[in-house]
Amino acid sequence: MLFDRRTLLRGAAAATLSPRLARAAVTDASGRAISIPEEIKHVFAAGPPAAILLYTLAPDLLIGWTRSHDPEECEFLGPGGCDKPEVGRLTGRGNTTNLEVLLKLKPDLILDVGTINDTYVSLATRVQEQTGIPYALLDSRFDAIGPLYRKLGEFTHRQAQADDFARYAESTTATIKGRVDKIPEQSRPRVYYGRGPRGLETGLGGSINVETIEFLGAHNVAAERRGGMATVSVEQVLAWNPDVIITIEPMFAAALKTDPVWASVKAVQNGRVHLSPRLPFGWVDFPPSVNRLIGLWWLAKALYPEQFPEDLRPLTREFYTRFYHKTPTDAQIDSLLTGRA
Amino acid sequence: MAVAAAVLVAGLLLALMVGRYPISFAELFSAIAGKLTGHAPAVPSTIDNVVWQVRGPRVASAALVGAALAIAGTAFQGLFRNPLVSPDILGASSGAALGAVLGIYFSLGVFAIQALAFLGGLLAVAAVYAIGGAVRARDPILVLVLTGVVIGALLGAGVGMVKYLADPYGQLPAMTFWLLGSLASIGAADIAPLGIPVALGTLMLLALRWRLNVMSLPDEEAKALGLPTGPLRVAIIAAATLVTSASVATAGVIGWVGLVVPHIARTLVGPDFGRLIPATALLGGGFLLLIDTLARTVSAVEIPLGILTALVGTPFFIWLLASVSKTWS
Repeated sequence: MLFDRRTLLRGAAAATLSPRLARAAVTDASGRAISIPEEIKHVFAAGPPAAILLYTLAPDLLIGWTRSHDPEECEFLGPGGCDKPEVGRLTGRGNTTNLEVLLKLKPDLILDVGTINDTYVSLATRVQEQTGIPYALLDSRFDAIGPLYRKLGEFTHRQAQADDFARYAESTTATIKGRVDKIPEQSRPRVYYGRGPRGLETGLGGSINVETIEFLGAHNVAAERRGGMATVSVEQVLAWNPDVIITIEPMFAAALKTDPVWASVKAVQNGRVHLSPRLPFGWVDFPPSVNRLIGLWWLAKALYPEQFPEDLRPLTREFYTRFYHKTPTDAQIDSLLTGRA
Repeated sequence: MAVAAAVLVAGLLLALMVGRYPISFAELFSAIAGKLTGHAPAVPSTIDNVVWQVRGPRVASAALVGAALAIAGTAFQGLFRNPLVSPDILGASSGAALGAVLGIYFSLGVFAIQALAFLGGLLAVAAVYAIGGAVRARDPILVLVLTGVVIGALLGAGVGMVKYLADPYGQLPAMTFWLLGSLASIGAADIAPLGIPVALGTLMLLALRWRLNVMSLPDEEAKALGLPTGPLRVAIIAAATLVTSASVATAGVIGWVGLVVPHIARTLVGPDFGRLIPATALLGGGFLLLIDTLARTVSAVEIPLGILTALVGTPFFIWLLASVSKTWS
């Protein structure tokens, strides 16, 4: 009985004292001021981009993934990649996490990485009010990965490591961008990005799916319209006649080799169809998180082979070791780079 | 009828001439002539490919799907003696949708997705018929329709569940696009899996045309005329379901065609199924051809067929409701 009362008292003290004494006020990417505890031990990642980001910097803080990983994905993930529970996602296209389950998990912080708009800001504010857990929103824009890591470092009190990641991201994008900027306009290929079972879904101009392609200064053939994802007809792709086709669909990439309809497309004739690696996370667009950093090298090489003579294998090994906490074998890297793994 | 046929042929030619890939009339003509005469076409192979592998199959499948949905709608409206019935009344579309989203969920190939959709449609209707038939009721037709609505809603929940579980970055958009209906990915290889079931079902319905006339009378009258209403109903439902499932499996969920076209046809040629079935086929084919031509030419981005048919179908449906309340009551 005495023990119980003491526990109770300690709990009450923690509840009343800690918010006042041991909290730091920070601002998230939406400009909301949030106060986070001095010590962060468990962080709930609200969606896949947040989970990947947090896993790269601090796998020990991640409570769980939005969905569990397949064995083939686990091959490329280190500690924390596959030994954590599946906890669902909180915002985005439909919640799968129950708020009571969330409270039971007792996170010190909820982290969401994505587009910042009123919908997400109000969702974050509401969950924060309901649960009393600080809810931080971070911007997933590809050209802001450096600031993204620094913010995360600030929130999780891991500034030094976060700064390393930020500098790696910034120097990678700066190196690649520096070379791309020197490429004259007429040498920049016209690119079609094909998704869906038949490769006829594509990202329109400014969509998150083609963010890295457009970042590299290539011309997205579908950019005459702006928006998200859309379906196009084969005829339209033939009319665009792209120089390069990028895809994440193995079936589509295989079909391109034999389908007579596509045979006349410049990209197919010149052998410039590139199947993106996709393990453990996609290299081009999904989820839109830091996994796109290594994809940037791959994409730059696919778009501008002359300016990017690098062997991708050491770059891949370094990135996977640093970001995914597991050094892949040479065989793994080779099969990864074919896109089939 | 001759006029309707002529309009469809003209529509087919027109549809072949327009598209996002620029092809002149002369090029189109020589591509067709080249194929027909067996000589190597005098046009670049890209143009030959567009005509025979891309645009041709697409135009043909638009006409086929339109005709199929309209025929199925006509048969069901007659069978259920209700002008507000559409081909998905017995759950064929919902079943096909569930099959397709499951196929996408398990990242299957295109043909496997279509096969699952086709089977899903057939199984859904079979289930509805089995359940509806097991219930002893005074009005078997009403029971069947109600069972169809209920099973359709259940399958819709299944579709929702699969979408909920799907990967929001890869699979979910693919499912959404599929459910909106599109012929964007049709190729020459899709014509046989679409055409054969549609032809089979249509021939069955044409063979049953006189009996369909009698079946649209109340059950007691049909029985009084000596018709075995039970087996006939099975045959008609099977034929219409075959046709519907094949078109939904190829083109996704396209509403309104099977609801609206039969009415237009009925005002043109009257209620006799001997004339009504060919007329709805021609009109439905022409209607969806027109819609699909718009869907693929208006912008670089495809407009989902389900959206366009709804834009056209809704005003018509409202007009229909207004006139039905005057004449059918």
